[in-house]
Amino acid sequence: MSNLLTVSPSPHAKGKETVSGLMYGVLIALVPAFLCSLWFFGIGALMTTLLSVLFCVATEWAVTKFILKQTPHITDGSAIVTGVLLAFNLPSNINPGIILVGAIVAIGVAKLTFGGLGNNPFNPALVARVFLLISFGEQMTGKWPLPIESRTSWLDAVTGATPLSHDMLGKVELSDMLFGGVSGSLGEVAALALIIGGIYMIWRKIITWHIPVAIIATVLVFTSIVYVCDPENAVNPLYHILGGGLLLGAIFMATDYVTSPMSDSGKIIYGIGIGLITVLIRNWGGYPEGMSFAILLMNALVPIINKKFKPKRFGEVKIK
Amino acid sequence: MEFKTFNIGGVHPADKKITAGSPIQVLPVPDTVTIPCAMHIGAPAEIIVNKGDKVKVGQLIAKANGFVSANIHSSVSGTVKQIGPLPDASGYTKMGVTIAVEGDEWEESIDRSETIRHDIDDIKPEEIIAKVADAGIVGMGGATFPTKVKLSIPLEKKAEAVLINAVECEPYLTADHRLMLEKAEQLMVGTQLLMKAVKCENAYIGIEQNKMDAIEKLTALSANYPGITVVPLKLKYPQGSEKHLIKAIMGREVPSGRLPIDVGAVVDNAGTAVAVYEAVMKNKPLIERIVTVTGDSVKNPGNFLVRIGTPIKHLIEAVGGMPEDTGKLISGGPMMGKSCTSVEIPVAKGTSGILMLPEKLAHRGEVENCIRCGKCVDACPMGLEPYLLSKLAKLNKFEDLEANHITDCISCGCCMFTCPANRPLLDYMNYGKGKVMAIIRSRKK
Repeated sequence: MSNLLTVSPSPHAKGKETVSGLMYGVLIALVPAFLCSLWFFGIGALMTTLLSVLFCVATEWAVTKFILKQTPHITDGSAIVTGVLLAFNLPSNINPGIILVGAIVAIGVAKLTFGGLGNNPFNPALVARVFLLISFGEQMTGKWPLPIESRTSWLDAVTGATPLSHDMLGKVELSDMLFGGVSGSLGEVAALALIIGGIYMIWRKIITWHIPVAIIATVLVFTSIVYVCDPENAVNPLYHILGGGLLLGAIFMATDYVTSPMSDSGKIIYGIGIGLITVLIRNWGGYPEGMSFAILLMNALVPIINKKFKPKRFGEVKIK
Repeated sequence: MEFKTFNIGGVHPADKKITAGSPIQVLPVPDTVTIPCAMHIGAPAEIIVNKGDKVKVGQLIAKANGFVSANIHSSVSGTVKQIGPLPDASGYTKMGVTIAVEGDEWEESIDRSETIRHDIDDIKPEEIIAKVADAGIVGMGGATFPTKVKLSIPLEKKAEAVLINAVECEPYLTADHRLMLEKAEQLMVGTQLLMKAVKCENAYIGIEQNKMDAIEKLTALSANYPGITVVPLKLKYPQGSEKHLIKAIMGREVPSGRLPIDVGAVVDNAGTAVAVYEAVMKNKPLIERIVTVTGDSVKNPGNFLVRIGTPIKHLIEAVGGMPEDTGKLISGGPMMGKSCTSVEIPVAKGTSGILMLPEKLAHRGEVENCIRCGKCVDACPMGLEPYLLSKLAKLNKFEDLEANHITDCISCGCCMFTCPANRPLLDYMNYGKGKVMAIIRSRKK
């Protein structure tokens, strides 16, 4: 017994979950959607994703090391997740320079300025997306690469308009939106692949069902009401669910740990808020897509939601 | 078979019941025992022997000091060698009695025969409570709350059921499991005595599904004991927490800040029930208990019947010594046990196990930023927000801590067990809870 014994307070046991394990779990969940984007957008999808991840990780490393003067933690996987999510929000023919700007905004501004992983109030990938949307409107939404046709080309891809814009209505099959084949940004090309990723994350207990289900249910209910009131002009509710960034946002962006509420009831309120704002923007706002703004707006309310919506306590009952 | 459980939070640590199949062995009486005076919650007992006194097994050596306190008896026969501070599992020294062992001479009043007595009909409730108090019985699951206090039910309240806590939800520990298999009849009679003491007709024995042999054995036996029902439970930590056991079995929630009796429940550990049987029917005070001695690399892990006050080094020797790779020595289980600073500390009334963890499991992981994943919130069986409470405690915000119900925390460790960022949540919460409790106490004065 020459060895020294460690003394510490309990517990002396630890579960298997780690921060990097959770991050890589999210990456695994993104694999089906990534494969679909490769299938439909080919080389452009590959290059955009690779560059985005590279730029994000590099920004994380450089800012932490040279500006914050701390040891970089790029192996925790969080910068990779941001990189993939940013890429998934971009069209496959986007200029690499724009990706670099996006990566610097996401990691440098939206994440590290606030103290790095765990401290940022807004989802970094979404801040970058909105920044790019406002700064490079033409490149971000003007001409979406057409799936399959643009497989072998990157920056010079064949392009078309987003299915959510009104002139595209009725020209897109719902089944195409589910199984892929509608033009759009990388990650939203195949709804089913995103749903598979979501189911995987719920099964692995990386996320809970509350946020995605609350968002999707709210959008479905709200758009159905709009559709019933004004069938001439309104978009079929299913298009709203399957189209645009809704599923990508509901499953992967809104569920970001750092920027979403802690309690189950809080998560449901947050999801309903995102759903409502999305439908408002999509129907009456200036942009065809409202998911990014909706999530960012609700991100801002998370501290208040955390204060007002507490988990159900044991023993909260009144004695009879 | 239907398995019940509680509804909020909880975690599933690997249960590692290595010693579940090892029958109870009697550990030889050591040459010296050191018996602490504070082996229970409440005031330390008052020592009534002097240095040089001869004592017998079962002789009272320290008297309960007030209502919430417990008698302490000598577990050996011999001479009192020293009265003074002793090392204790908590890391602090406590007053105690050191006795040099000479032979094994028991008090004549103790019935040491093997016969199991069932003749409880003529015993009055007050007699049971008096004998439980005399015998110095405390909760043997680890909390060590004096049992006589639990059985002394205030006039305005009424017990509806006795709950026997045989959950043993801590990983590794099997002391209660073996007790149920090897002292099943005694457990049943002990339960009947507890029912009688609190004047109720029903008792439930809660056992988790990793002890199917015990569930089957006691279910079969319960046919002969009207009013006693075995309740199989799902595997989930911390089901052995009093409040969570009541929720699992009776579906009732003890309101925040109240006691089990407020919902009509009296909860006692399986080991306590057997101790009650021995005290009432055999006149035997609490002088020995079953201890699981275990660990992944321990050579011959097992369950031992040990005299109270035996230094744990004797238990470690009995299982083949401390393994080479040991990095942490724990009194109790891995979730709530205390890490020990020495092998000289004695087995106390609440020592349910001695666990030797290998070096690779002895250390905490590197603390990372909180990623606000909310896993601690999901895991908390009290429905608290450990991420918030630990932060408030770190900032010394005691009013906010109280408003966020820090006093409900049962220190079960689920939050830290589940935290992917290895944050010391419970350390901060225990600190904050201690401070807030002190503030509440000073307010009452």
